[in-house]
Amino acid sequence: MYRYDEQDHKLIRERVAQFRGQTERYLAGELSEEEFLPLRLQNGLYVQRLAPMLRIAVPYGLMNSTQVRRLAHITRKYDKGYAHFTTRQNVQLNWPNLEDVPDILAELAEVEMHAVQTSGNCIRNTTTDQFAGVARDELVDPRPYCELIRQWSTFHPEFAFLPRKFKIAVCGAEEDRAAIRAHDIGVQIVKNDQGETGFQVFVGGGLGRTPIIGVAIRDFLPETHLLSYLEAIVRVYNQLGRRDNKFKARIKILVKAMGAEEFARRVEAEWEQIKDGAEQLTPEAIEWSKRFFPEPAYKTFSEGHGEAVLRDRAGEDKAFARWLERNTFPHRVDGYQAVTLSTKPTGIPPGDVTDRQLEAIAELADKYSFGEVRVTHEQNVVLADVEQEQLFDLWQEARKHGFATPNIGTLTDMICCPGGDYCSLANAKSIPVAEAIQRKFDDLDYLYDLGDLDLNISGCMNACGHHHIGHIGILGVDKKGEEFYQVQLGGSANEKASLGKVLGPSFSRDEMPETIGKILDVFVENRQPEEFFIDTYNRIGLQPFKERVYAKAS
Amino acid sequence: MPKPANLSAKKPVGAQPENPAQLIVDGAVVENEWNLLPLGSDEEISARSLAPGKVILPLSVWLALREDLQGRKDEIGVWLDSDETADLIGEYAAELPLIAANFPAFTDGRGFTAARLLRQRYGFKGELRAVGNFIRDQLTYLKRCGFNSFAFQGEQPLQGLLASMQDFTDSYQTAVDQPLPIYRRRALA
Repeated sequence: MYRYDEQDHKLIRERVAQFRGQTERYLAGELSEEEFLPLRLQNGLYVQRLAPMLRIAVPYGLMNSTQVRRLAHITRKYDKGYAHFTTRQNVQLNWPNLEDVPDILAELAEVEMHAVQTSGNCIRNTTTDQFAGVARDELVDPRPYCELIRQWSTFHPEFAFLPRKFKIAVCGAEEDRAAIRAHDIGVQIVKNDQGETGFQVFVGGGLGRTPIIGVAIRDFLPETHLLSYLEAIVRVYNQLGRRDNKFKARIKILVKAMGAEEFARRVEAEWEQIKDGAEQLTPEAIEWSKRFFPEPAYKTFSEGHGEAVLRDRAGEDKAFARWLERNTFPHRVDGYQAVTLSTKPTGIPPGDVTDRQLEAIAELADKYSFGEVRVTHEQNVVLADVEQEQLFDLWQEARKHGFATPNIGTLTDMICCPGGDYCSLANAKSIPVAEAIQRKFDDLDYLYDLGDLDLNISGCMNACGHHHIGHIGILGVDKKGEEFYQVQLGGSANEKASLGKVLGPSFSRDEMPETIGKILDVFVENRQPEEFFIDTYNRIGLQPFKERVYAKAS
Repeated sequence: MPKPANLSAKKPVGAQPENPAQLIVDGAVVENEWNLLPLGSDEEISARSLAPGKVILPLSVWLALREDLQGRKDEIGVWLDSDETADLIGEYAAELPLIAANFPAFTDGRGFTAARLLRQRYGFKGELRAVGNFIRDQLTYLKRCGFNSFAFQGEQPLQGLLASMQDFTDSYQTAVDQPLPIYRRRALA
């Protein structure tokens, strides 16, 4: 992973000092609330319903065990002993004191972490595939490019006060596991006919109250021009994006209003002016960045050896077999497998982990996966490089710490925002809905029979829970002070991205588990063998679901 | 007969920049020698009626009077409102002694882009002045985008703000102050 050098350390230390000064001025009344707001947001600090919330950056989701241990320490010392993994692959603390935040940032800086640009109207944490570098369907490892984007966007002097927040995601594999079409800019790594690396560039995707799937404005951008092209896009947006109405300020609104072709034309015109400038990625620069993501010291295993061991184990132990089936992912290197630690046992808010669990994650990473962990945008944790021979031992340890719920990719592995329990923006609670659904559908055989199914829950239309791109999406809405939930079907986040359609009138919280049950019944009755929910939905449409869910009792 | 320009703006007038007596130029507190004409009065103005001395005209006025003011080139500056892009000055920038960019609110970041383009695309070498509601916490970013002059609104102890010019002493990406991004400096080292 990327390691700071003296310049990184200096920049982050200067940032901590700057924010310490700003916090002191604010507390002394020298900096107004209005002025402090964007400054604290760009340092990850929200003021929330119950307490401040601090969002810590995890660049493209990658951390080492030292950093994870420091997070554990910070949650104990400054918070209530737990942290929350977010859909931007970041980590949030829910209860820090404002006065302590400069100290927290100083402690983070010591382990090469920070909270820079995790909020505010600036370029946010760049996200990617949690299986970057190990996935079999990968064309090119996206992490070196993510790191170059991180450096380019960090403290960018021109783009710190954009019309709105700005999110970039990069995908280097055939399957899009980074939801790039739901981002302001989505970067898909591609190869051209000559075998050269380049990028397909999507722009104008995003969720929130006007969800839009991004459109490709360039099919092949040569590798060397990545940053100048991003700069051209953001520059056009900074000049022309709306600033009169925050709900119409995202780049997706500009692209839609202008038309993707005209937007692309302006970007190309701007890019022509800067493409051969200093921001060009020279081969040396790319090589330099790649050096931070070397292949770990894999052992050499004969083909099929590890799998044979696993087959035997799995034959003896059904629980292990289940976990293996759902919570591990094929690895491009013989004898290795990637493991997803589930943060979603029933009754725990999705993405929440305690300080002890963080320490356990660090220990497991050291013991089984070269000391590295990744946060997924589905709010789980991945150990990417585990020897197949060690999977059984890892599973047993993960179970002790509550990470081995074998539900990855199933209905109960839901994305869920913190909702009305914590967030001052929320119209409704989301965690109790997640829990009620998890409780109703706790039969693993049934879950497995349903197969891959994304259920996403947001407590308000800001869509932090990505409800628009869940196969089943749930949105909390407020009706005259009461909480209700709207259901959407048919969203998806991958390379065939689509937005869900609203099923019909909303439901009370109590009605939600039963409603989901009816939707699943329609799926089960209509599916063809081995068909996934999204494919059945695409085949039969919304109507059969609607009829069942809203049928009058006879 | 050249037409007089009207100071009243056709568009709704946003927050107008002030013209403080003192400001920071090139890292030092200095007296302001320029008179900034805001938009929004009904006053008609022509090259002839323009008071003598150094003056910063709104873009629309400057565009109307530019030809007639050729003789006073060294004492005529222009200011851009936040919705006015740098290309509206374009190549003329190279001849101007001063350009100001207005920040109606410090969260309105369009002036950062305007500054970079004036410096890097349109060859502007003169005094680039931030006017309006920017704040000290933005000084390093403003400086990196090419501003060398800072006219803070209201009463501000300017000497006390100078330290903020050094909040960051290095940078990752290229800008007006830094020809090479950090990865090229590192990879080539």
